[in-house]
Amino acid sequence: MLPLKEKDKPIVQKLLSAGCCARCILRFCCVRVQAAYRQPQQDTLKELQAFICDTENSKSQDSAASEATEENNKSHDAAVSEAPEEPPTKRVKLEPSGTDAQSEEDAAAAAAAAAVTLKEEESHVCVLCLGILHQFCGASQAVKIAETVKEEKYEFDTLVLSVSLPAQLCVREHSCWLHVKKEVREKGLVLDKDDVIQVKEAFKWIMQGLVAKELGRGVAVVTRSAFEVGVEFIHEATDSDCHFLASACPDCFKPTKNKQSVFTRMAVVKALEKISDARFLKHYPCPPAQPSSCCSLQDVQCVHVSVFVAGRYNKFCRSLPQTPWVIDGERRMESSVEELIAAPILSAFRADGFNFSSSGREDVDVRTLGNGRPFAMELLNPHKSRLSRAEMKQLQETINKSSDKIRVRDLQVVSREAMSRMKEGEEEKTKSYTALIWTQKPIEREEITFIDDIKELTLDQKTPLRVLHRRALAVRQRVIHSMNTRFLDPHHFYLGLKTQAGTYIKEFVHGDFGRTKPNLCELLKTDTDILELDVESVDVDWPPVIPE
Amino acid sequence: MDGIEQKETEENAPSVIDRYYTRWYRADMKGKPCEDHCILQHSNRICVVTLAETHPILQNGRTIKSINYQISNGCSRLNNKVSGKSKRGGQFLTDFAPLCRITCTDESEYTIYSCIRGRLLEVNENILERPALLLEKPFTEGYIAVILPKFEESKSITENLLSREEFESIISKRNVAESQPS
Repeated sequence: MLPLKEKDKPIVQKLLSAGCCARCILRFCCVRVQAAYRQPQQDTLKELQAFICDTENSKSQDSAASEATEENNKSHDAAVSEAPEEPPTKRVKLEPSGTDAQSEEDAAAAAAAAAVTLKEEESHVCVLCLGILHQFCGASQAVKIAETVKEEKYEFDTLVLSVSLPAQLCVREHSCWLHVKKEVREKGLVLDKDDVIQVKEAFKWIMQGLVAKELGRGVAVVTRSAFEVGVEFIHEATDSDCHFLASACPDCFKPTKNKQSVFTRMAVVKALEKISDARFLKHYPCPPAQPSSCCSLQDVQCVHVSVFVAGRYNKFCRSLPQTPWVIDGERRMESSVEELIAAPILSAFRADGFNFSSSGREDVDVRTLGNGRPFAMELLNPHKSRLSRAEMKQLQETINKSSDKIRVRDLQVVSREAMSRMKEGEEEKTKSYTALIWTQKPIEREEITFIDDIKELTLDQKTPLRVLHRRALAVRQRVIHSMNTRFLDPHHFYLGLKTQAGTYIKEFVHGDFGRTKPNLCELLKTDTDILELDVESVDVDWPPVIPE
Repeated sequence: MDGIEQKETEENAPSVIDRYYTRWYRADMKGKPCEDHCILQHSNRICVVTLAETHPILQNGRTIKSINYQISNGCSRLNNKVSGKSKRGGQFLTDFAPLCRITCTDESEYTIYSCIRGRLLEVNENILERPALLLEKPFTEGYIAVILPKFEESKSITENLLSREEFESIISKRNVAESQPS
């Protein structure tokens, strides 16, 4: 039975005649007993009708005074016991009232109830929820939602149900609130708009258990989960309900690039907070007009929160870009580091897409040797989110077997927060390189040894012309901590460098039109050029090393 | 490596300019004989304006007396400032916008022009301190300015310019004409 009090009676009466469904009436009576929403709508309606027909209202002012027939009481006992957090309502058994004692007020209430019954028989659509808590709440809808989830073959233990409602529901809700607020104020009751149970909330109370039951295999529908099933309702016939708000509060509805309509839920809620009651009532019927059709279920969308995978990669090829290289819409180079790494990972996690990031990047013609460069990937909407250590090792081997151009190590699942470790201290970390240098003038073996003694050399690097199209123009100070040389022949030597991250090595060697100073040309007093470059190490201690 | 191999690597190894830039030319700029300009366009559309090797400044052992980026009373290229990735605030140049005036010690004066439409990113201030750079390394450290063409014009701006082959053929014709008695 319903936990309604005497003071709810006028609200029930008004809303019933306004054409609200039984569950929406419970919402406006601020009933927080979930079981009350789960019971069949027909039963609730009967109880409500019986409740307002009750003549003994004066005798039960402060007690729970829900009235129902004997058989209804039986069928509801189970439902109420599902919500043990709610104390058992004190039931007041009332004798059926005699016709002689019937007041005028009761006659009016009975008439209202009869009218509602009539409307109900015509299977009318609730003016408030547009059928969401009626036609769309039930076992058949739960089956539909569960089927969509099953089709996508996600692996999950829990899911959270989310509901997207048409924005005009807020307008209708507001209109109804003004409708009963009037009545409520006369009675001197304290009832605030925030205490009204939201449609979303009631929908979830009803549907969560049903969906979980349909999915079976121990799946729990909870309030927080990495896996979200979104149910979206639309109702085009009443979209125009919101339109009057645009002229009333034009500043709430500014067009934006990405939105299809300015009448977003947020904007409508904001406008409703601003508009005066009088102005609202002037432009919108109170209670809201009867809709001719109910909402439609637009979409059931499943999305799993991103999984993050990190590791280190080597690049052994001088014709492999880090990311797909596209010029004027045309693809250059057939592959890329990120694609070679991502393809096996995407299929292992059955993800829809990915975002690749790394601790810096190397040019297409640069190799990355040593322990490799730390990288991390965000996997979007993974259908499988958990891989064991052994499976991760297997995945790493799959990547490494797929190409000899790259190699991956320390592959592991990490948290979103841990990923920021990679970008932290980007400026402070050091990197080691080996460069093959050409000199215009012939050099003697001992002519270059002075370079080995240069320590902590500070460079002023203007943004290289090579990257100036996408980076701001600035002079950046970067430090070369140390260098060493290995003489090859009179025009070539290997230069080892240990530098602050962000130092442009190629520009240090050729000088970039004199825009990096000092540069190797100045140091050696001849034109120098860089023929090959290898990254020997990227000194970042993240992600943690995984022993082989 | 023996001597022969070395020589080969030197000749085969393209310079930084060869590897990343395309050379474009403007001959007899504004109808002034031999005042040839060179535009180095990077594959990322950025352009570097330099003197062409045939420019009078680089002939006859001339030396430079002064370089002036103040192209009018109200406008100095030295005041050019760009900010952010989008290079806001740079002076916008058209083909015939002067970049600087160079006076040689023989009192001959030359104006260097933009040659292309685009936003001025920077002028080379190093040549103010060391004008000799312009003579010693006219195509690298002795550059005049860096210009960023509009994205949509990055292909069309070079339509008015000469390719290296076209420029070389003009130069050879010019040399023939000079050598013939008039």
